[in-house]
Amino acid sequence: MNSAKERLVNGIVKENPTFVLMLGMCPTLAVTTSAINGLGMGLTTMVVLALSNVFISLLRNIIPDKVRIPAFIVIIASFVTMVELLLQGFIPFLYDALGIYIPLIVVNCIILGRAEAYAYKNPVIPSLFDGIGMGLGFSVALTCIGAVRELLGAGEIFGVHIMPESYVPVSIFIMAPGAFFVLATLTAIQNKVKIAGERKGKDMSKIQSGCNSDCMNCSDSGCAHRLYDEKAGEGDKK
Amino acid sequence: MNDLMKVSSNPHIRSKSTTSSIMMTVVIALLPAVGFGICNFGLKALLLVLVTVASTVLTEFLFEKICKKKVTIGDFSAVVTGLLLALNLPVSAPWWIGVIGGVFAILVVKMLFGGLGQNFMNPALGARCFLLISFTSIMTNFDCDAYTGATPLANLKSGEAVNILDMVIGRTAGTIGETSMIAIVVGACILILFGIIDLRIPGTYIVTLAVFVSIFGAHGMDWPYISAHLSGGGLMLGAFFMATDYVTRPITKKGQYLYGALLGILTGIFRIFGPSAEGVSYAIIIGNLLVPLIEKITLPKAFGKGGEKA
Repeated sequence: MNSAKERLVNGIVKENPTFVLMLGMCPTLAVTTSAINGLGMGLTTMVVLALSNVFISLLRNIIPDKVRIPAFIVIIASFVTMVELLLQGFIPFLYDALGIYIPLIVVNCIILGRAEAYAYKNPVIPSLFDGIGMGLGFSVALTCIGAVRELLGAGEIFGVHIMPESYVPVSIFIMAPGAFFVLATLTAIQNKVKIAGERKGKDMSKIQSGCNSDCMNCSDSGCAHRLYDEKAGEGDKK
Repeated sequence: MNDLMKVSSNPHIRSKSTTSSIMMTVVIALLPAVGFGICNFGLKALLLVLVTVASTVLTEFLFEKICKKKVTIGDFSAVVTGLLLALNLPVSAPWWIGVIGGVFAILVVKMLFGGLGQNFMNPALGARCFLLISFTSIMTNFDCDAYTGATPLANLKSGEAVNILDMVIGRTAGTIGETSMIAIVVGACILILFGIIDLRIPGTYIVTLAVFVSIFGAHGMDWPYISAHLSGGGLMLGAFFMATDYVTRPITKKGQYLYGALLGILTGIFRIFGPSAEGVSYAIIIGNLLVPLIEKITLPKAFGKGGEKA
């Protein structure tokens, strides 16, 4: 299960959908007013992502290439509807808090992006773990943003009072501008860690394990292979 | 090589003004307003001013030290930012409001965008709006030893009578530096005499607001009502000291008139149709954001370009 572990690490750290790929910004900025909302949104997305990845991977030889996007949307929308009804039935407070952003998971670019970039080209098991990894990465990111915003904006994390009594909540952090401040700061910290890691010689590149060296048809502009292709004339091509 | 540097065929004239001399003049021009604020509101105002200025200067110094950049606190721009921010705080605000505002103004609005000359928004106003949104109850509490109750503009909005003479002199509730029209105009005269600012932006701003208020204020050409709008709130401070900020105003003359008019209209809309009584700071911030567009449409045509097509 080396591949599974590698997909999980890839989703959470190397290609974290929020901090590295900058995908799914709309729910990231809108629902992270508290840690529990962020976690709820992340886990909901993870469930949809994992299931849709599995089914798209299963059907990848049947879906005609020309209508693959509508086919993906149908699969994703089915799972989103299921999850939405389940949430409404069993976790109503989360359903109320997330509101319109649950049906909008259908058009979340992380899900469509993983379907197009990974699940459509790879076997079922790696696709499942890719979905779980990406979903976990999204959950971790959203929970972090939500926790920081809740801590500064309300003095709480997961509803538990952390800050001393004398702390005056900075309410801008639970409003829209606070989402941008926190996202930018966390992304900056993440980049700092990454650059420090690269200096120490660790491999921080984002080469996809499912890469078939076909850079012409690959959508990942941050992929390290692309650099080798562009510099092909200068040195030996890997 | 050194001789080469001095080669001079044209009669070049060196201007004596530098960033620090201009900023120093602005500081001097702000002193009447600061002095009046301290006389009016007591020593607590002085303390708040000192804390805010110290925090802006210290933030700039520490940021540049940590990022190993050239330390630029010598140009006094951080002092000006700190003073303007302090003049925008109510005297009842605790000291840490000044510190948070100062750090936000310099760190987020100014330094993260590249320091002086690169900021897209007036740092002091950016910080004021940050504080206003974050700590609404503290920032709109104008009760102090000398005055209690609402600001003249709030009274005006709720239809109560206001004393214009008190508003011109500054004996009203408000932020530390905005109350006295006289002190601010004295400072503005210093700036104009030294050629730091001209009347293009403040003039258009004030005239546009007066016209807007007389049309939409539901009082017609009621002179006391219009003059209360002009002397109340942060209009004078904003028009002379903040809208004219070199970094965040348009460069072209046509653009400056347009910018002034835009600020006047926005302020009028916020004051008359908005939920709160005051809108100068939001108007100037929105105006700042529109400056690149204003400059784009008022860019002078290059010689030989864009003429009449035959």
